[in-house]
Order: sequence, then C-alpha cells, then structure tokens
Amino acid sequence: MGISVSHISKSYKAVKALKDISFEVKAGELFGLIGPDGAGKTTLFRILTTLLIANEGTATVANFDVISDYKNIRKSVGYMPGKFSLYQDLTVEENLDFFATIFGTTIEENYDLIKDIYVQIAPFKDRRAGKLSGGMKQKLALCCALIHKPKVLFLDEPTTGVDPVSRKEFWDMLKRLQQKGITILVSTPYMDEAALCDRIALIQDGKILEIDTPQAIVKHYPKQIYNVRANNTYQLIKALNTYKHNHSTYPFGEFVHYTDSRLNFNPDDLVRYLESKKLSNIEIEKTNPTIEDTFMELAK
Amino acid sequence: MKRFIGFIKKEFYHIFRDRRSLFILFGMPIAQIMLFGFAITNEINNVDIAVLDHSKDATTKEIINKISASKYFSINQFIDKESDIETIFKKGKVKAVLNFEKDFSKNLIKDHNAKIQIVTDATDPNTANTISNYVNAILIQYQKELNKNITISYQIVPRTRMVYNPELKSVYMFVPGVMTIILMLVSAMMTSISITREKELGTMEILLVSPIKPIQVIVGKVFPYIFLSIINAIVIVLLSIFIFKMPVQGSLFLLGMESVLFIITALALGILISTISATQQTAMMISLIGLMLPVILLSGFIFPISSMPLPLQMISNIIPAKWFIIIIKGIMLKGVGMQFIWKETLILLGMTIFFIGLSVKKYKIRLE
Repeated sequence: MGISVSHISKSYKAVKALKDISFEVKAGELFGLIGPDGAGKTTLFRILTTLLIANEGTATVANFDVISDYKNIRKSVGYMPGKFSLYQDLTVEENLDFFATIFGTTIEENYDLIKDIYVQIAPFKDRRAGKLSGGMKQKLALCCALIHKPKVLFLDEPTTGVDPVSRKEFWDMLKRLQQKGITILVSTPYMDEAALCDRIALIQDGKILEIDTPQAIVKHYPKQIYNVRANNTYQLIKALNTYKHNHSTYPFGEFVHYTDSRLNFNPDDLVRYLESKKLSNIEIEKTNPTIEDTFMELAK
Repeated sequence: MKRFIGFIKKEFYHIFRDRRSLFILFGMPIAQIMLFGFAITNEINNVDIAVLDHSKDATTKEIINKISASKYFSINQFIDKESDIETIFKKGKVKAVLNFEKDFSKNLIKDHNAKIQIVTDATDPNTANTISNYVNAILIQYQKELNKNITISYQIVPRTRMVYNPELKSVYMFVPGVMTIILMLVSAMMTSISITREKELGTMEILLVSPIKPIQVIVGKVFPYIFLSIINAIVIVLLSIFIFKMPVQGSLFLLGMESVLFIITALALGILISTISATQQTAMMISLIGLMLPVILLSGFIFPISSMPLPLQMISNIIPAKWFIIIIKGIMLKGVGMQFIWKETLILLGMTIFFIGLSVKKYKIRLE
C-alpha cells in the first residue's frame, strides 16, 4: 500500500532531472526525501502524483501504476505542492469546502482527521486564503490535502519559508497523521527535519546518495568530527582549509565541523597550527555527526 | 454532479470577488455601444465650408443660401482670393471651399453655362467624397428648379429608396458589430484567462490530482460566462432599442438563440486558446490580437467584405464573427427567419463543434 519506485529517469530537454531512481516506501511509513534545491525532489513528486510521465522506469502508489492507473491514484492520494496552490480569493472555509466537494466528501465526514490542524486556523475561517501568514497557509493546504482521507500523502517542501515554531508544530502533526495509518512522503531541504522521519533518502543532482533510517545514516559516517571554535570564524575556516591534513571543513552553527585525514589525529597539533595562524580562544572537542555532515560527505 | 456544482460555485466566487474585471465586464458593453452610437459615425453634420465668390450676384447668393440651409453644411467664412484656399485648409477650420467663377449669373444666362469649383480637403477621403456628393446633389436640385419650365425630351429619373435603414443611421450598422465584439471578447478572453490563471497559480496541479474530470473543469469554467454573456447581449439589445430606436424586425427568440450559439462558439475558442497558452498574459495577447483584430477588420463590421482583395475575402470565411454579423443584421434589420440564415447558423454550429472537439483533444490531463 506504500510507494514503489523502480529505475525512474526523467529529462527536461538537455537537463537530466532524475537518474535511475529506485526506492520503496512501506505502508504507514513517514519517508523523507532530503536534498538541496534542484535535486529533483519536485520532479519525483510530480511523477508519483501522475502529473508527469517518466522517460524510463515504473512506479506504483498504493499499488496503482502511475501511468495506467492514474485515475485511481488521483482519487486516493493527497498532494500538497511546494508552491502555495489554493485559491487566494476564497476564504479558508470556502477552500476547504471546495476541495471536500471535488473529492466527493464533506468537511463533517472527515473532520476527525483534520481536527487538530483545523482548530488552529478556525479563528480565521472567514479570512481569504491570500491574506494568511505563511504557517497558516501551510496548515490550510495540509487540511485541503487531507480532507478526503487519502491513503498516501505527498508533501513537497511543506515547511519551506515557515518559521521554526510552526515547523515544529507541522512535524508533530505529521507524526499524528502517520499514527492514523497514512503513508507520508515528505521532501525538505532542512537536514534537521530529516531526523524526524522513519527513513530518509538523501538525493542530489537527480541521484539517490543513500537510503536508511536517520540513525543508521549517521552511524555510517566514516570519521570523527570535531567542533572547532576560535575568536574569528572566518579566519578559522580559511586556516583549516589550507591545513595540509584537512579532510573537510564546514561551518555549523557557532562551530566549524572539522575532520582530519589522518587516523592518529591529535587535536593539539591543530591547536598549535591555528595559533601559528594568529588565532586565539581555540576550542576543539569531539562531536557526533549529524545528517548534514553525512550529506556533505556523500555529496563531495 | 455535486462536484460540478461545487466547481461552478467556486467560479462565481472568483468572478464576483474580482470587482475590477466585473466592472469591465459590464461597463465595457455600455461604453462601447454609446461610443459607437453617438461619437463614432460616418454621417456628416454641420460641416464647415468656406466660399470664394468672385461674382457676388443674385444666383451665387441663392446657391449659397441653399447650401447653408441644409443641415449638412454651415458656411463658416468668406474669402477673397485663390491663395487663401490653401491657407484655410492648412488651418484645418473648413473641410471644403466653393469657388464661384467671375460673372456667374451673366455666364449662366448668356452662355447657359456657369462654373463652380468644389475644393475638398481629402486628408479624410470618405468625408471629402460625401461632401462633394452632397454639394452636387444640392446643385442638381437647384438646376432642376431653373429648368422647371423647359421639357427635355429624353430623361432618366433615378428614384433611390434605402430599405432596412432609410435614414442611413450608422448606429444600425454598429450595433450588430459591437454586440459581436463584446460577446467575442467577454466569452473568449475571460474563459481563456480564467483557465490559464489556474495554471499560473498552481491550482491546476491540485485539480489534476483529484477525481474531477476534464470535461467538468471545462464546462464548469464556461458555464458562468455563458450566463454573463447572455446578460450582456440582453443589455446591448435593450440599449439599441430604447436609446437608438433601432428596431428588431425579426423574432427576439431567434435572435436570442443565435446569440447563445455564438457565445458558445466564442467560449470554445477561449478554451482552445487556454490549452495553448501557459500564462494569463499570453492568453490575453492571443485573444486580443488573434481574435479582436480579425473580428473588427475582416468580419464585415466596418469594411465591406466584397471590396476586399480575394485572399482576405477567403480568410474572412473562417472568422465566426462574419457569420454572426450576417445573422444578426438579417434578424434585426431585415426581419428574416431561419429559412434565410440556416446556412450561416450551420457554419457557426460546425465551427463550434470543431473547436470543442479540438480543445477536449488538446486538454492536458498531465502537466506537460
């Protein structure tokens, strides 16, 4: 009842958007597609929601083939595109009512499913959708995608452009929806959200780099990462990048994540090197890899 | 069916919440019909002319009086020398100059032959032509009065009768044309814009990923505009009857039915435009340039088709507006029934079926 993708490729004229993509999403799973802008996430969503036809490969959604059985898929999935795609000149309630009607249902019939989300936007139900804030718009869009009780939910970058508090609320809602038995495929460019999925696929330039649970992906990270801090972060990055044993250097919040190419790395060597580069207040400590580190390492 | 009704309800929300478009939708027909009816006209009234009278005798005075007494002309000024003719034309105050030769009366009596020159400003050829015809007519009339007592043995007397529009009111010609333009514009442009708007805003993506059928989307889109266009057609007919006293000789019911047919033709064209354009801008440009210009220029609304070069005459046959103008002129002015316009009606019907078939075939069930 989930999603099955096998050897999907898709090109737009000269650009290869997807190259031989294969993966499975189990029924009831919360599956994340993690990758930067332009990685091919939206193209993949459009193929799975029957809006585009792949050049090669096959895919099924809820056991329906995306090409021959597209009508059944359109009846049984919920789709929330990356761009806000509701009627801006209709009110919150009118939008929801419209989508319920075209799916042959009513708001009352499936109110249970959307209740948690809808109560948050209910105070604004007479406001036009175009006048809502970013987070409100996403909640309304989610309600509209859920109103017909879909078996599979496709969410294309639902939290892009949404404030951190609303993002957290949004993910809490996804977790609750998952408990109701809905299979969810969600894409996001935010690495911190990846950890909230059951399994994730890291995708870049139309290729899948790795598929696993967030915990396993992090475990596969081959090196010890060090948090490095100094009085001048910009100078610090420059110095680390020119260090002859440097393996990788990425700014990460207030720290710089550093890995060394040697197996018997001694942080004291690095401190001395950095001091020679006129940096002070140097701190170096071990840290655990995050999904972002893994992604950067794989994308190298 | 519930889906379809829900969809139409949504369309009406769109239309009534977009106040500006709504204003254009209903304001435009009224403004256009008023403009064409009152301001834009082929008739000449009170045209200013000048007189250069070299003889200043009884006969010239009489002719001048006759001319200024007609409602077409008012004698604006008198000039004294030939060189002034060009000067006053350049000033643009008068459209024509009447130049009486020296000793006009004397020549007329002695030689039975006097000369008058009519100089017209032909920067506007139609007006110049009309002015010279009208002056000629007045002169011939005057001549007849002079020859009253003389019988000419052979005489051909033409008696002209203008039927269907005896007063030659140009509004009779404009009303059918304006009605055609308005119905075309409202129906084709508004539907094509409203479908492409869904594409542009991304809502088409959600509509596609839903069980609603393409035919429901298309019919749901055109339905409100059929309704609005019918209101427009009624407003235009009422305006022309009550303000311009234009008679509707034929059956109002037939007129209504033919209008509905033409509205559907235009809507089908609008859907076709929307299937080939990705943005509202493109849809609008195609509707304006691709539909409006042919409707105005090639439909026979302003320029008679029979005087066009053959290739353009042939092109005019594929323009639905041409057939509709023939139909409504027939019904409104000549009072004809179906037996005289069945051919045009069939052509329109055929075009409509062709456009609808083509657009259903071209309607994309996916994004590409």
